[in-house]
Amino acid sequence: MAEILDRARAQVLKNGVGLDEAGILEVLQLPDEDLPELLQLAHEVRMTWCGPEVEVEGIVSLKTGGCPEDCHFCSQSGLFTSPVRSVWLDIPSLVEAARQTAATGATEFCIVAAVRGPDKRLMDQMREGVKAIKAAVDIQVAASLGMLTQEQVDELVEMGVHRYNHNLETCESFFPNVVTTHSWEERWGTLKMVRDSGMEVCCGGILGLGETIEQRAEFAAQLAELDPHEVPMNFLNPRPGTPLGDQPVVEGKDALRAIAAFRLAMPKTILRYAGGREITLGDLGTRDGLLGGINAVIVGNYLTTLGRPATEDLAMLEDLKMPVKALSATL
Amino acid sequence: MMDVTQPAADSEAQYCDRCGESAAGGAHAACAAARELEPPRFCPRCRRRMKVQVVPTGWTATCVEHGTRTS
Ligand code: SF4
Ligand SMILES: [Zn+2]
Ligand SMILES: [Zn+2]
Repeated sequence: MAEILDRARAQVLKNGVGLDEAGILEVLQLPDEDLPELLQLAHEVRMTWCGPEVEVEGIVSLKTGGCPEDCHFCSQSGLFTSPVRSVWLDIPSLVEAARQTAATGATEFCIVAAVRGPDKRLMDQMREGVKAIKAAVDIQVAASLGMLTQEQVDELVEMGVHRYNHNLETCESFFPNVVTTHSWEERWGTLKMVRDSGMEVCCGGILGLGETIEQRAEFAAQLAELDPHEVPMNFLNPRPGTPLGDQPVVEGKDALRAIAAFRLAMPKTILRYAGGREITLGDLGTRDGLLGGINAVIVGNYLTTLGRPATEDLAMLEDLKMPVKALSATL
Repeated sequence: MMDVTQPAADSEAQYCDRCGESAAGGAHAACAAARELEPPRFCPRCRRRMKVQVVPTGWTATCVEHGTRTS
């Protein structure tokens, strides 16, 4: 057995202490023949430190497109020739989306807006939307609205938003290659305010942006330092018209190695499948990831692209004997 | 679920609803494959960019001239 796996077994599985950057890199560099054993260990770590439950979430875009930022992977930036147009979702449709999400058994509903940070119009829509959802649907509301001021953090807490998503997207050293209109430090600043407010921090990123394996390890270590409640893992789905539109997709085995490595870096976090898994992993690989460290999924469609029908994911979880986390367990 | 059910519009489709290029002129096999996991973006009748809203269980796409299509 690879020495790093022995070390991970003693340190991560037994003691719940995540691997450091050097250890994560060793895991990411393991040869294909060690992959089954790596996934098995990551699965044991997840079962030991998180349990068998899977947290199910739905997401919806409250404000799509026309974003002034230039994240090179994003079809919603107004700075590229992407075909995605700007559009707002009305409140009744937002509540209906929450209702349909809850009907799948999901406990989380995340409202997302393509903005640098919220303006008054968006905060007003959020206030009205969250209130309407809470009155009609039994589900926890999360939000992802870009960079926040302290006032906006306080407002979201007061609205009853329980978790805030703000992805660092990639490691600090690679970030300037992906985004030039704001900095990694600015993102980190919002995350600190969210953390201090008592809201749960949800922070992950996208693999396959052109980062090296070393930078992937750097990213996992930086996330571990932040210690978020949840880490959503996206795999780049190259979008037409964006600067990364021709980037190759991550190989399935590299994606699985990364899932296991992130789990060994963060044994206790909620590690969620987010966008791109359909393309990178397909059905079989998706299953392998759920048996290799993943313990949460986004079901249904994404913000501008489509996912598998929720029923297919739920059937797979049942098949894997992984219960969907109940709302009572999240309160 | 992702079928477009507006035969009147589709029988007059002149443009690929993913890339917006002429439906007759180019190869759109990759577009058709990608559309399995994407909503349409261009009106197939006039190639205008449509206003598209994706929700967890579906999508709607609206051309200002040719109306709304849904999943
Ligand atoms: S800030 Fe968000 S919506 Fe805007 S370009 Fe970046 S990823 Fe896209
Ligand atoms: Zn096409
Ligand atoms: Zn039209």
